Amino acid sequence: MMTTNWFKFASPAAFYPIAGRLIPWFGRIAAALVLIGLFWGFFLTANQLGGSNPQKEYYRIIFVHVPSAWMSMWLYLVLAGWSAIGLVFNTRLSFMMAKAAAPTGALFTFLALWTGALWGRPSWGTYWDWDPRLTSELLLFFLYIGYMALHSAIDDTRRADRAAALLAIVGLVMVPVIFLSINCPDPNQCAALHQRSDPGSIHLSILIPMLTMTFGLWAYSFAAVFARLRTIILTRESDSAWVRDVIAKEATV
Amino acid sequence: MFKVFYCVLARDITLAMRRRTDVLTTLFFFIIVVSLFPLGVGSEREQLRMLGPGVVWVAALLASMLALERLFAADYEDGTLEQLLLTGQPLAVLVLAKVVAHWLLTGLPLVLIAPLVAMQYHLSANAVWVMMAALAIGTPVLSLIGAIGAALTLGLRGGGILLSLLILPLYVPVLVYGAGAVAVSAIDIADTEPYLYLLSAFLLGASLLAPLAAAAALRISLE
Amino acid sequence: MMEFFNQGGYGGYVWGAFGMTFGLLLIEILQLRGSRRATLIRIGRLLRLRAPRQAAAASSRRQGTSGTQP
Repeated sequence: MMTTNWFKFASPAAFYPIAGRLIPWFGRIAAALVLIGLFWGFFLTANQLGGSNPQKEYYRIIFVHVPSAWMSMWLYLVLAGWSAIGLVFNTRLSFMMAKAAAPTGALFTFLALWTGALWGRPSWGTYWDWDPRLTSELLLFFLYIGYMALHSAIDDTRRADRAAALLAIVGLVMVPVIFLSINCPDPNQCAALHQRSDPGSIHLSILIPMLTMTFGLWAYSFAAVFARLRTIILTRESDSAWVRDVIAKEATV
Repeated sequence: MFKVFYCVLARDITLAMRRRTDVLTTLFFFIIVVSLFPLGVGSEREQLRMLGPGVVWVAALLASMLALERLFAADYEDGTLEQLLLTGQPLAVLVLAKVVAHWLLTGLPLVLIAPLVAMQYHLSANAVWVMMAALAIGTPVLSLIGAIGAALTLGLRGGGILLSLLILPLYVPVLVYGAGAVAVSAIDIADTEPYLYLLSAFLLGASLLAPLAAAAALRISLE
Repeated sequence: MMEFFNQGGYGGYVWGAFGMTFGLLLIEILQLRGSRRATLIRIGRLLRLRAPRQAAAASSRRQGTSGTQP
């Protein structure tokens, strides 16, 4: 049995320096993975995919599109997860973590929509279609916006944290239902414009750079969320003694 | 527990009956929105018949959302809500009673006015029945989900706009199947059954979970 | 080289997608850096405003740290 006391790291004062030490590492890993992914994606792949109706060079958008879409969904899970932990254990750091994850998640949601539009235009002939996945991603964007709007509308930090956390969880519960309704607007039959994707059917030379980019953006998300978290911690704890020492040390640097 | 439920229900309805304009405002908002669409998109019969179900549902969504702002607001301002919280009765039951009262006052009128609206869009008699059934099952879901948002945005400046931002994305399933049922009834009335079953499932799920979530939200907003 | 930027005639789409992605990530990094600096300065100013009052109270129980100079 592990007997680590995880709550020790749940104190903002304890986590602030840890996050500070982790950020450069995540930044380096992100930069390295993204560069490898880009190089591989642009120089070690074929210019065309498929047989009779090939995907031309524009398929390379997959290397940013799929990773952003995955990260947008993953960060919403992270957000809702930390919200739930915060409500259950009443730990302040969890709420701060959730709040720090939201803007980066919204950013990736926007990027997934943007890159999807630019991929859809040459391959489907339209920037936007009311395809299930596009619509779900758009709604996910609205959920992020709602979370941030509710949080910033409430002045009292404690209430803002808890109200936004509850909203995030309600959103998470609704997501499968929303997804069902968008996927099968007609309960008698379901249809989708996206090809059914099956990781096994993707060629390795595409899959590897795509996964590399995904891990790169994942590491980037860690760095960005921790950086935002540190600012949030400082702002909220500005009255405590340890922040005074931090400021004295870092303000001059 | 049922006694508490009826008490709150009766009180809310009595209060609303004393201020009948509030109820009528929602109803007329619905009628006006629905009437504006033909002026905007043109009044061709076929086109209207196609747009009808969606327009009616979007208007119902907006109307029930606008009314939601008042769900807890009055009780919050005069302190009744805090008293209710202190009674020690299960808060979820109180919330459910308030939502039911709210639906009777704002949702039910929409269901009853639906035939009139359907006439404007040249919908067939079958479609009218399906629309009334779908609205009758779907609008309570809107009120239930909306109650969570209303509780979260209690007493905030610009609460109304914020409420719509939070809640409208969550209304999507009801909109899809509600409008879908009416649209499909034009083709084959038998095909509408799964839609109504799904809406009923939403209603059951929402009436179980939404009062709990709204009660939790009220506690957060009032502590 | 031109061929690489052209991407078989789809350069606009490909670079539009990659450009927006890394452009926005760069903006986020700069924004995070900026907000961190702004926060440090703001809290530092707040502490300096409060320092004279707290220094008197703190000097009795704390060894003087660099932040508590009046």
